[in-house]
Amino acid sequence: MDLSVVILIEVLYAIASLALISAGLAVVFGMMKVINLAHGEFMVLGGYATITAVGLGVNIFIAMLIIAPIVVGLFGLVVERLVFRHLYGRMIDTMLASWGLSLMMIGGFKMIFGNTTTGVAGPIPGFSVGNYQVNGYNLFVIVVSVLLLVAMVAVLRGTRFGLVARGTMQRSDMAAAMGHSPDRVYMTTFALGSALAGLAGGVMAPLVGLVPTAGAAFIAKAFITVIAGGPVLVAGLASAAGTFGLVNQVFSFLVSPVVGDVALLVAAVVLLRLIPRGITSRFFRGRI
Amino acid sequence: MAMTTGRSAARDTGVVVILGALLVLGLPLVADTNMLTLLVIYGMLALSLGLIWGFGGILCFGQAAFFGLGAYTFAIAGINIGESTLPLVLSVLVPAAVAALLGAFMFYGRLGDVYLAVITLVFSLILFRWLNTTAGPAYVIGNARLGGFNGIPGFPLLNVPGYPRWELWGDPLYYVAAVALLVVFLLVSWLLRSSFGRIAIGIRENEERVSLLGYDIRARKTVLFAIGAGIAGLAGALFAAWAEVVTPSLFSLQQSAEIIIWCIVGGLGTRFGPVLGAAVVTSVKITLGGQAMLDNMLVLGLILVLFVLFLPRGIAPELARLWAWAIGGNRKPVRRRAPRGGVADG
Repeated sequence: MDLSVVILIEVLYAIASLALISAGLAVVFGMMKVINLAHGEFMVLGGYATITAVGLGVNIFIAMLIIAPIVVGLFGLVVERLVFRHLYGRMIDTMLASWGLSLMMIGGFKMIFGNTTTGVAGPIPGFSVGNYQVNGYNLFVIVVSVLLLVAMVAVLRGTRFGLVARGTMQRSDMAAAMGHSPDRVYMTTFALGSALAGLAGGVMAPLVGLVPTAGAAFIAKAFITVIAGGPVLVAGLASAAGTFGLVNQVFSFLVSPVVGDVALLVAAVVLLRLIPRGITSRFFRGRI
Repeated sequence: MAMTTGRSAARDTGVVVILGALLVLGLPLVADTNMLTLLVIYGMLALSLGLIWGFGGILCFGQAAFFGLGAYTFAIAGINIGESTLPLVLSVLVPAAVAALLGAFMFYGRLGDVYLAVITLVFSLILFRWLNTTAGPAYVIGNARLGGFNGIPGFPLLNVPGYPRWELWGDPLYYVAAVALLVVFLLVSWLLRSSFGRIAIGIRENEERVSLLGYDIRARKTVLFAIGAGIAGLAGALFAAWAEVVTPSLFSLQQSAEIIIWCIVGGLGTRFGPVLGAAVVTSVKITLGGQAMLDNMLVLGLILVLFVLFLPRGIAPELARLWAWAIGGNRKPVRRRAPRGGVADG
């Protein structure tokens, strides 16, 4: 009984963390078709922002939930103006330019923060279920992730900006004809996507030792989650994260965490071969 | 490149051989052969991606996987066999076979550009992760321990076929690698002139149209992908012979990134561009390695971003234009086309 509760929490945590690290990419890649290979480094930037803020005496929850998204969102805004706005519609070029950006960011992190592991202590103590110890912070990640998905649905469906953004992504010329500035909408959406990446980086910061190259660990998982999710944003995110999180945890328990990671990647490759357009090209069509 | 007639093909071959021979013999006078060997090996690796991406339109984000496979095959087979001629052959065949399987899996699934890029990326990541965990004594192939993060040292170096004691290193290794690059370059030129190569270019330009003409694009892409992997594998074997150790970092994301940067900087859709790009970028990188002010990756990344934004066709087409301009105006100008297209001059 106790073990099954622990396993359930672990599986939910794996799913939640996948959804969390992929959310920003789902907006930038899923909606805007910008293949942002610097997504992992955006997250690392969020992590460094959190750690720096905590070091300056800011409350850790304010640091990760407010400061990190703002810092990375602003960074995304600058990068969008300088680089990506010239490349919309040229997917391969966005991929190459963002890879360059990711290398630059890794180099920058090394110069500023040094090539060492930095970290911050988790703010929530663990608790025990029967004979097992559970990391309380995992529950926090699950809660944040659920709230984030709900908020994304609310913004995309419920607000005027969400409607305009979705419309602009589908037909920017029509949106322009109706008096909206596609340039402005793209800029804002990219900044918001970056802010989500920053939030994910901030929330994950206490869980991983942060090194300049930590982004590489996130980028592959985030990409396969978004791609396997398919065209429907939030439902795709949730269903792909659910599938991969489950596969990852099952194999981690049965064999080892490394095999769990490899199983996740293999599952992604097989899934893409079977449903090349993603899960939501077949299920949940027409939702958000 | 002016393909078609036999005469222009012969002239093209002659120019490549003469220029190549001059470069092979002349470069050691101005630079250190140890570094030149590395540039030559990287040039071959860049050529492998330049072939499948620039002419076949297959953007492989995991070309480093085949480079690494070639190097590991060379090392593992070398330890088990005790000399290096058969391992050298295997280091071409094994990556080619793996690529044929992976390619068949992808192309027969009719996956688009982005999915292809992600799957090849994931493939090299899987190899990278897995090899990093093979430190224990349980991971052996024959007599070769995989060695995890530290890789495999102490395998037989490249030797004269039939004479395992005559190992090649230093200057002789440079000449072997350089001649190998020249031969591969000529083979690639020949392949591109053949009907297979021209149909590959056709597939790059318009996959649907070529398929409607009755060609099996899936099989052709798979074969081209395997050929590219074989070349990358050969480069990997030469790299192993040069570095005298193979480590999982050969499979790393940064290695894959660099190959793509070489192609972009040099110029896609040209034969010479990727080789030039590899030489230029690696030289810049080595020069920068000597100073501590700016981080290496920062500069590499900046180069990539600037090229994508301002010079998406790379250096080689610009050089070709300059050359055409310099030797007189009676030639037709290099065609200006959309980026990533263009059958520019090699």
